[in-house]
Amino acid sequence: MSGAPSVLYDAPGPKARARNAVYTVVFLVALAAVAWVVFSALNDKGQFTAKMWSPFLQGDTWTEYLIPGLGTTLLAALLAIVIALPLGAVFGIARLSEHAWIRVPAGVVVELCRAIPVLMLMLFANFFYVWYTDIDSDIRPLFAVVTGLVLYNGSVLAEVFRAGISSLPRGQSEAAYALGLRKVQTMLTILLPQAVTVMLPAIVSQLVVVVKDTALGSTILSFSDLLSNYRILPANFGNTIPTLIVIGLIYVVVNWIVTRLAAMLEQRLSRRGRTAVRPTATVPATELPVADPL
Amino acid sequence: MDFLSHYDLLGAFWTTVQLTFWSAIGALVWGIVLAGMRVSPVWLMRAFATAYVNVVRNTPLTLLIVGSSLGLYQALGVSLTTDTTTSALDITNFRLSVLAFVLYTGTFVSEAVRSGINTVPVGQAEAARALGLGFMQTLTIVVLPQALRSVVAPLASVLIALTKNTTIASAIGVAEASLLMKEMLENEGQAGLLVFTVFALGFVILTLPIGLILGWLSKKVAVKR
Repeated sequence: MSGAPSVLYDAPGPKARARNAVYTVVFLVALAAVAWVVFSALNDKGQFTAKMWSPFLQGDTWTEYLIPGLGTTLLAALLAIVIALPLGAVFGIARLSEHAWIRVPAGVVVELCRAIPVLMLMLFANFFYVWYTDIDSDIRPLFAVVTGLVLYNGSVLAEVFRAGISSLPRGQSEAAYALGLRKVQTMLTILLPQAVTVMLPAIVSQLVVVVKDTALGSTILSFSDLLSNYRILPANFGNTIPTLIVIGLIYVVVNWIVTRLAAMLEQRLSRRGRTAVRPTATVPATELPVADPL
Repeated sequence: MDFLSHYDLLGAFWTTVQLTFWSAIGALVWGIVLAGMRVSPVWLMRAFATAYVNVVRNTPLTLLIVGSSLGLYQALGVSLTTDTTTSALDITNFRLSVLAFVLYTGTFVSEAVRSGINTVPVGQAEAARALGLGFMQTLTIVVLPQALRSVVAPLASVLIALTKNTTIASAIGVAEASLLMKEMLENEGQAGLLVFTVFALGFVILTLPIGLILGWLSKKVAVKR
């Protein structure tokens, strides 16, 4: 949308300004009413007493519980994305192979892993590690969570890579072949680097999905991540709602930072503009795959 | 194989389908309302919708589900049902999880609809305004119908993600597919791979038609320009 404020409405004249002011006030009153209902409900149950919130002013609540939890969350997310990236690249390229015996199995694996809920992948990974390996039970939840995340996000990233590579102008690979490069050389030195540049924002924002999905482990696999504190802290202080709010805010801040990072990358890349790639010229942005928002 | 008949597989998947159905309807409505607010001329609505989408989208769904049960129900006593029989807790948990799914998925629907609004050519809205239509008329008569037709495919992937996300309701004990799978993996360990295959297949059967049907629909209703 372009032009003054929006194409959906004219620049407001005196009447429209008055009407908008009325709507603003009405909406403000409605919001305030909802806020009041929530506030009084919380207040009735004594959720605003100092006893509920003071644990978050003590250093050891943070150093003993929240920060180690956040560390575990970030560790799982980083492990998952670091393992999933090369895996996704391999499967994404495999799906573009000229040989059906590579293309078809890779396609089946990717589509299956995308169709199964991450929670079930984690449950099965946990079961697998219990029965067929002797991984210590302390570290097993981390293994199960990371395995589930790698399987799912690897397959999502495979689609991202595939779309990135297919969005490149055909002339790129034709020029490479004309120079006498082999198929593997063309892929690794010409196509993949450009595809990564194009898809970098999508890859970074997949990190947000990964960070959020690490939280799945804490409810049914007793994974001691940031979210798992919703059981520990209220058990000591009886402050369920404040704890949930604080944990939620930490997640929002972390993911907001990652999102900003993705936006900055995108801006840098579009400003640089010296890559041969003009994916938007051939593929409209809306047809690029948006990773499944979990 | 015969141990499979000892479990209510169909019942569990039926709960998954019900969760998906009610959440999808709620999320669609809530998402469209949010998208409408984000493009509205009233700055407070825009600010509210933007803040809401950015906060909720970045919160783990698991936290919302857990919060709806531990926070809303147990700490505040919001139970969402007047039923007092023994199944009251099940009904409450079901409705609480639907509420959480609607609040969460609505943000993704709103983002999809908003990007659809951006694909409608400027001339459409300008022509509507030239005819003297107001904001609500321009939005609901001219822009939204075209926008919705162009976002069937993105909405389909949101719906598929929602179907898979309903497994998270197991965190508060809603008896859907993943809760049964956890129970079966614990009881029937030696046949774990078979159990996993059955449930994986169940989800493929649920999500594959959604993708195919809505993919076909998106081509059929797409606005030819």
